[in-house]
Amino acid sequence: MSPVTAEPHPKNNRKFNKKMRLVMKEQDKGKKKGSLLKIKVEHFNFFYDTTRALKDIEMQIYANTVVGIIGPSGCGKSTFLRCFNRMNDIIRNVRYQGEIYIDDRNIFDKSVDVVDLRRNVGMVFQKSNPFPKSIFENVAYGLKINGVRDKDFITQKVEKSLKDAVIWDEVKDRLHKSAFALSGGQQQRLCIARALAIEPEVLLLDEPASALDPIATSKIEELIHELKKKYTIIIVTHNMQQAARVSDYTAFIMLGELIEYEETNKIFTNPSKKITEDYVTGRFG
Amino acid sequence: MKKNKIQEILGFNILRLCTGFVLLFLIIIFWDIATKGIGSVNWEFLTAAPSKGMTEGGIFPAIVGTFLVTVITAVLAIPLGMACAIYLNEYAKDGTLIRLIRMSIRNLSGVPSIVYGLFGVVLFVQLIKIDTSILAAGLTLGLMTLPWTITASEEALKSVPKSYREGSLALGATKWQTIRTNVLPYSIPGMLTGTILGLARAAGETAPILFTGAAFFLPFLPKSLSDQFMALPYHLYIMSTQHHDIARVRPLAYGTALVLVSLVFCMNFIAIVLRYKLRKVRLE
Repeated sequence: MSPVTAEPHPKNNRKFNKKMRLVMKEQDKGKKKGSLLKIKVEHFNFFYDTTRALKDIEMQIYANTVVGIIGPSGCGKSTFLRCFNRMNDIIRNVRYQGEIYIDDRNIFDKSVDVVDLRRNVGMVFQKSNPFPKSIFENVAYGLKINGVRDKDFITQKVEKSLKDAVIWDEVKDRLHKSAFALSGGQQQRLCIARALAIEPEVLLLDEPASALDPIATSKIEELIHELKKKYTIIIVTHNMQQAARVSDYTAFIMLGELIEYEETNKIFTNPSKKITEDYVTGRFG
Repeated sequence: MKKNKIQEILGFNILRLCTGFVLLFLIIIFWDIATKGIGSVNWEFLTAAPSKGMTEGGIFPAIVGTFLVTVITAVLAIPLGMACAIYLNEYAKDGTLIRLIRMSIRNLSGVPSIVYGLFGVVLFVQLIKIDTSILAAGLTLGLMTLPWTITASEEALKSVPKSYREGSLALGATKWQTIRTNVLPYSIPGMLTGTILGLARAAGETAPILFTGAAFFLPFLPKSLSDQFMALPYHLYIMSTQHHDIARVRPLAYGTALVLVSLVFCMNFIAIVLRYKLRKVRLE
């Protein structure tokens, strides 16, 4: 992330610069070590009422990598993903236990403003959910609610985000038409563009291609490859091949437990646990 | 023919018959009022005050009174009702207290209007001492309309898909930003429709204004909101039961009824058009 492109609101300049300095300092640190630790999950449990949906998860995610989360339906993949931006907060009677650190800061700490967190951790949902507004307004939405008033800046940013999400060429002539007129795959890329516009550092993708045809899916996958350069990406997927294709690391979750978390290559070719092998080879799930 | 096919046709036609039966009553009522009332509705009837002991003249003061009272009702019921609905649906944590409040609101919408009338007298006229007036009557009707407004607004808010809210929250919007930019624009058509239907009902009510400000006969128009007023439903009530020469003023009573019913129809029609228009806007 360059500090030049991300300067939406002068009001927060000081805070923002401070954050950037921190990030850059850590990037320097990362260069020395080879890779930068971005997210650290420690003894993490999640409860719906009294049901323990996630059990004692430990995980480390490096910056600019793609982490695929796989596992059978109902194993807690999506629940886990929605913990990183605390989207689960809007459900009643849920409880977190343990820590998730993003850039060494526990996101469940009382001092963390959940709104700031979500600005920093973007999310794309399973079912594409464009707002019933124009294509332009959809992408500009995140900027506007974050207080950006500069029209030229918004226009530039919208164009850049749409280009980054590889949908610009398809929509540039109808930016002010309803987003609902787009096809499913286009809508999903629009949602990605919408998430990119506010320049998050982490991007959460919840089965982003599950409702798309193979062509649209391959476009999204190419996009993920491209986005990795700038963002840290966590993707939940049902599709084993997709996980193998797009992710650098893969986490296999079953019944709320993290069974195995390794480099994707290893998970798919030489997993250390029998159950992982059974799952990735399609013997169950 | 197979048994289930006969059942299907039979059931379908019974439902159709029921619908027709209900419609029939509506048509009979409207037909009766329209045929007997249309003769007395003319320009003078709509623009003149009653004269000669209400045996001649028009109903202009009553139209003005009903209009003003409805405006007061709207001013109270629309913002307050919408705000309540937003709080209940978006902010309040679902617990015993909130469930109790919600249940009370549902029950309030079933309280007979005469009870609201008496309550209005005690609260506005005797306690707050704003005297029997347009204001007191409007506020009483406003209270009566509130449960309808709140319920309709809440339903409208509920109909906004969860994904709009989640999408917005995930972009770092605060709750209020999400509601303002991504929930309200899509629920306002429904809210307004429910509210206007509530207002239409209020405009036709007699009991709540009976003690709170409606006058038997006033030769002049109200000059301020603290004046008493004539209202269409009350005027109709007088003309059909309280007048000294009921037989003679019967056509005028029918004319009044026709105007009142048309007014209510008009408001409902506006509600439908408004909903249709706003829905179209939101999908463009």
